[in-house]
Amino acid sequence: MSIDWFPLWLSLRVAAIATVVSLAISLAVAYLLSYRQWRGRELLDALTTLPLVLPPTVLGYYLLVVIGRESPIGRVYESIFGSPLVFTWQAATIAALFHSTPLLIKFTRAAFESIDPSYPRAARNLGASEWKVFWRVTVPLARRSIFAAAALAFARSLGDFGITIMIAGNIPGRTQTIAVAIYDAVESGNGTLARTLSLVISAVAIAILYLTNRLERRRPAG
Amino acid sequence: MIQVRIAKRFAPGQESAEFSLNVELQAAAGVTVLFGASGSGKTLTLDCIAGFVTPDSGRILLDDEILFDAAAKVNLRPQDRNCGYVFQNYALFPHMTLRENLAFAAERKPRLERHRRVSEMLEKFQLTSLSGRRPHEVSGGEQQRCSIARALIGEPKLLLLDEPARGLDAPLRAALYLTLRQIRADFNVPILLVTHDLEECFELGDEMLVMREGRIAQSGAPKDVFAQPANVDVARILGVRNLFEAQITALDPGRNTSRLKIADFELTGPYYPGRFLGDGVWVSISAADLRLSSHNGQNRVPVKLVRVIEMPQAIRLEFSRDITVEMTRAEFERQKDNKEWLVEFPSESIRIL
Repeated sequence: MSIDWFPLWLSLRVAAIATVVSLAISLAVAYLLSYRQWRGRELLDALTTLPLVLPPTVLGYYLLVVIGRESPIGRVYESIFGSPLVFTWQAATIAALFHSTPLLIKFTRAAFESIDPSYPRAARNLGASEWKVFWRVTVPLARRSIFAAAALAFARSLGDFGITIMIAGNIPGRTQTIAVAIYDAVESGNGTLARTLSLVISAVAIAILYLTNRLERRRPAG
Repeated sequence: MIQVRIAKRFAPGQESAEFSLNVELQAAAGVTVLFGASGSGKTLTLDCIAGFVTPDSGRILLDDEILFDAAAKVNLRPQDRNCGYVFQNYALFPHMTLRENLAFAAERKPRLERHRRVSEMLEKFQLTSLSGRRPHEVSGGEQQRCSIARALIGEPKLLLLDEPARGLDAPLRAALYLTLRQIRADFNVPILLVTHDLEECFELGDEMLVMREGRIAQSGAPKDVFAQPANVDVARILGVRNLFEAQITALDPGRNTSRLKIADFELTGPYYPGRFLGDGVWVSISAADLRLSSHNGQNRVPVKLVRVIEMPQAIRLEFSRDITVEMTRAEFERQKDNKEWLVEFPSESIRIL
């Protein structure tokens, strides 16, 4: 029996895009949470943590309401791209994004806050703008931890089931990611496929964990 | 010229007691030492001047520029203050080479000048051959020279140094003092130096400010402060030994004498103008001014020897009654077989605080 590898490739692509977008969001949010004193800080912190504690189906349902065909965002998307956003691989990417970003924000924030405050202080003292301090001092100093966190976020993106099934569905060859495909295979009694895909995804996860551990162990000098 | 008058209060936290900083200081070109125990507010004062910490009230003036003024709501960003800061841990960026560290600081300069300026500073601080190395690949002394060079490259109007000699061994300390004296001569700016090392204070300080519990307890030239501490707290911060609580029991301006009652003995001292009979005072006498003797006499107090400490240049003897005496090795050889010990307080050396 030949195995359909489409779910694996789709998941890898979805997770890769989601991780890149998630990293950008996390750098910005983690900066706002760790280095800025402002009114909405606690609220932003709570909102970005919420996806970690809500059941994925609840999150998926909210997203369905927000980006569905009847919603303003859904309509705008449809008028620009000519097709609805829900039940596409793009929707699967959004699902992966919501699954991984809260975690990445937490890790990025921890990475920023573990930096000795005298480094950014020294940079400011030497006349560097906040932008320059962030990109030339803070991010480079936290880069190992951020890479490790991004790898974890990638692994987590691979594994989303609940949100994906709500907003991207289970369309074989179009939106069926690996986690959904495994569920589908078990439901339809295709044990070989379920086993194979499970082993593959486990191998990928172990490889990523190994990589992050190596990154974390080699602490930056200084 | 830097002029600082600031106050800041910290509410007590779970692990910290209430602390309030209340500092007024002025420093002209030259080295002004902020001296005090840990937690007396020395580094906090530097951080307020550099703009890392915002005071609750007051004003900071550097030359003619207002860096901070609570009443006028002026609070320049650290970027705009032009104060060189040498951090206690040097804070060299670990992901950059020494040259890159200096170049980072030189980016304020016009593009054409940068390279020349960086090379010049590397040369001046003997770092040229190490310029391609990262901070962790060079020694502590080299890291420190680099951090001083980095602080000076933007031609600051004030240099702040936070315990620069901490963690350096004796030869490196000597090299640092030389470097700092050179900087004092070359850059005509005020240098504020935080330390709790008395030797450093005497080596470098033109002026010293003794800090205690967030306030400046005394200021003046180091030798003057040491010769006459303002009160017993300052004396303790300076590590003065032989401090005794006393009461003045007699004052005779005619014969230039006084009587001081300390616990269970009395001493005859010189006349102290401005003091009154019955005043509670602190008597202080330098460990080197005390004499040892084996028989009774005026101003001699019987004591028991507790401990003998061999110092590099002298012998330090600790006696009962919290009396410490320092003497030369030769003098100690003459005295060491004494059956009884008496400490003599030479009348003219007795200071009161």
